[in-house]
Amino acid sequence: MTSTLAPDDARQRADDRLARRGRAVRMGPVSFPLRPRLVAVGLLTALVLFVLVVLNLSVGSTFIPPDRVWANVVGTSYDDYFTIWRVRMPRVVVGMLAGAALAAAGAITQTIMRNPLASPDLLGVTHGASAGVVGVMAFGGSYGIISGPLADIGVPALALTGGLAAGALCYGLAWRGGIDGFRLLLVGVGVSTVLMNLTLWMLTLGDVSDTGRAMVWIAGSLAMSTWQDALPVTVALVLVLPLALVAARTLDVLSYSDEVVRSLGVRLELARTTTLVLAVLLAAFGTSAAGPILFVSLACPQIALRLARTSRPPVLLSALVGAVLTCAADLLARNLISVQLPVGIVTGCLGALYLIYLLVRGNRKVQA
Amino acid sequence: MRETTGPPRTPTAPAPTTTAGGAVAARRARRISGLGLMLLLLCLAVLASVLVGARGLSPGTVWLALTSTAGGEADIIVNEIRLPRTALGLLAGISLGLGGALMQGHTRNPLGDPSILGVTFGAALAVVLGIMLLDTTTLYTQAWFAFAGAAVAVVLVYAIGSVPGRGPTPITLALAGTAVSWMAYSLTSGLVLLDQSTMEDFRFWRVGSLVGRDPAILGPMLPVVVLGAVLALTNTRALNALALGEDTARALGFRIGRARVTGLLAITLLTGVTVAACGPIAFVGLIVPHLARGIVGADYRWLLPYSALMGAALLLTADVLGRFLAPPGELQVGVVLAILGAPFFIHIVRRRRLLSL
Repeated sequence: MTSTLAPDDARQRADDRLARRGRAVRMGPVSFPLRPRLVAVGLLTALVLFVLVVLNLSVGSTFIPPDRVWANVVGTSYDDYFTIWRVRMPRVVVGMLAGAALAAAGAITQTIMRNPLASPDLLGVTHGASAGVVGVMAFGGSYGIISGPLADIGVPALALTGGLAAGALCYGLAWRGGIDGFRLLLVGVGVSTVLMNLTLWMLTLGDVSDTGRAMVWIAGSLAMSTWQDALPVTVALVLVLPLALVAARTLDVLSYSDEVVRSLGVRLELARTTTLVLAVLLAAFGTSAAGPILFVSLACPQIALRLARTSRPPVLLSALVGAVLTCAADLLARNLISVQLPVGIVTGCLGALYLIYLLVRGNRKVQA
Repeated sequence: MRETTGPPRTPTAPAPTTTAGGAVAARRARRISGLGLMLLLLCLAVLASVLVGARGLSPGTVWLALTSTAGGEADIIVNEIRLPRTALGLLAGISLGLGGALMQGHTRNPLGDPSILGVTFGAALAVVLGIMLLDTTTLYTQAWFAFAGAAVAVVLVYAIGSVPGRGPTPITLALAGTAVSWMAYSLTSGLVLLDQSTMEDFRFWRVGSLVGRDPAILGPMLPVVVLGAVLALTNTRALNALALGEDTARALGFRIGRARVTGLLAITLLTGVTVAACGPIAFVGLIVPHLARGIVGADYRWLLPYSALMGAALLLTADVLGRFLAPPGELQVGVVLAILGAPFFIHIVRRRRLLSL
């Protein structure tokens, strides 16, 4: 922000410093700063993710050694085909993708809102999805009525519809000849509160066993994941994530105050609306895959920010951290105790512990 | 269009005396009359809360029940149900309004809610542990667990969020509070899911309500609320200075560390005791300061009293409305607040200017 306003000599010095370190990559008309730390952390996170995926595939109620997992994956062996391809693989893929989508959505939201406590929850998405799903579970006579293929498609579709509708509602209510970040935040709080309390109230109405099932969904669970759940979120990630990366520069600018954004010549409303839509789409599809996996969208951007030491939460790294957190949490959720916990509960614990660790270690001023 | 994003309205700590003396006096008069109006509204809410319900009572009957010890039906309704419930709502509303305003001031975050400090979920975790391990089924015993859990959570958040030697910054405090909250929430959900009988008890605790709580809790609650309110009101000048930034506040001669400790102590006492008495009542602490700020401005010396009165009036009104909305039963006050309060809040957000922090 200061570079545009700084005196010429200060700017010159900053330019020199940048030039000396050679931290810019130019490819024809495109140039972007090269951040070695971001790249290194990204690669390391990807490596951790790979290890976790392998662990997820091999550890479980029956242990399959990694070499046999590999043989099954490349198709030279079919000994554990069912366990690997039908049970564990969909589960780890759905977890990974949902975690990545939620975390990326969180990174975008926190940047636009300029608030480290913001998350797609505040765009109404997760609570809208929860209200839709719990409503059907509580009033729809449990799975007795919606069963079979309808339940398979029904719950994710319901979550997606609920999430997108609530997101649109928030945006529509916050619109008054333009979107104001602060107003959107407060409207989002209002809408989310209504939906959350509706959900809680419906939970007290239902039968206690349905309540249990609904609470598992609310916390986010991968227990029932199939390949079917993976498809929509894959499409969303493939389509939306590149757009979010293209929008990285816009996001950089949007992290400043409205006045600065305008004076830098960015069309504020357009930029904010587009990036918001990206965040809502990512969050809604992520939620529909596995339920609102708790805390991922809030914690992962902050964790990524602190790992990469950037000025705003980096989107791609946040997605990677989200995938890592979800995979690690699911590994623990399946194997920690005899009962399988919903993954969201473990992501809450793990994410919170790690964020606390990072906070204690580097208690210095960070902006979100 | 752009009212809400302007620079924070300056906290008018030293009032400009020279030229604008008349304007200041007029504003003060307006603020005082506004405070009187709030008080009137609150009185109406209290009256309604005593008079109205499944069995409506005339003021005469209530007066008779209050003054004589005849022991009739009205006597029981008034003295054993309505009065404790109203008193509980009054204390809880004041606490939540004050706690929310303090929290938003100390974190300088519009999403600041008393629960961000970990109070609510810390209390919930303690309650669940109490139910599971010690089989505490009475709400009175659970209240002590809740208060202890809230206190432990706040100490933890303060320790995590503090930069060594400098005390917490708004961002680290908010993040540490959120992290601790989520951890407590996850643990709570995990425990509850593992044990269905605990869930049966817990799912009613977690919807905050003024009804069915043990009136005996009012005795220990009152002094805690009073202490918290006094601490909160001594915190106002420091909050005004902190709104200008920590460096400015320090340059103005305020002791940041002490101000933070006072504020957090007040928040802990106020919200902890409320969660203990009524369960988690969300939203009051979040919206009331925004509404009050829209009326009275960002001066915390006025904002805190306004928030207290508005919080109590809002909570009692929601409670009264909840008695009619789902006959023959009642809607819990937390649900009413969300379902009626949130649209109202959104309407206000759309129509009026709210001051950003």
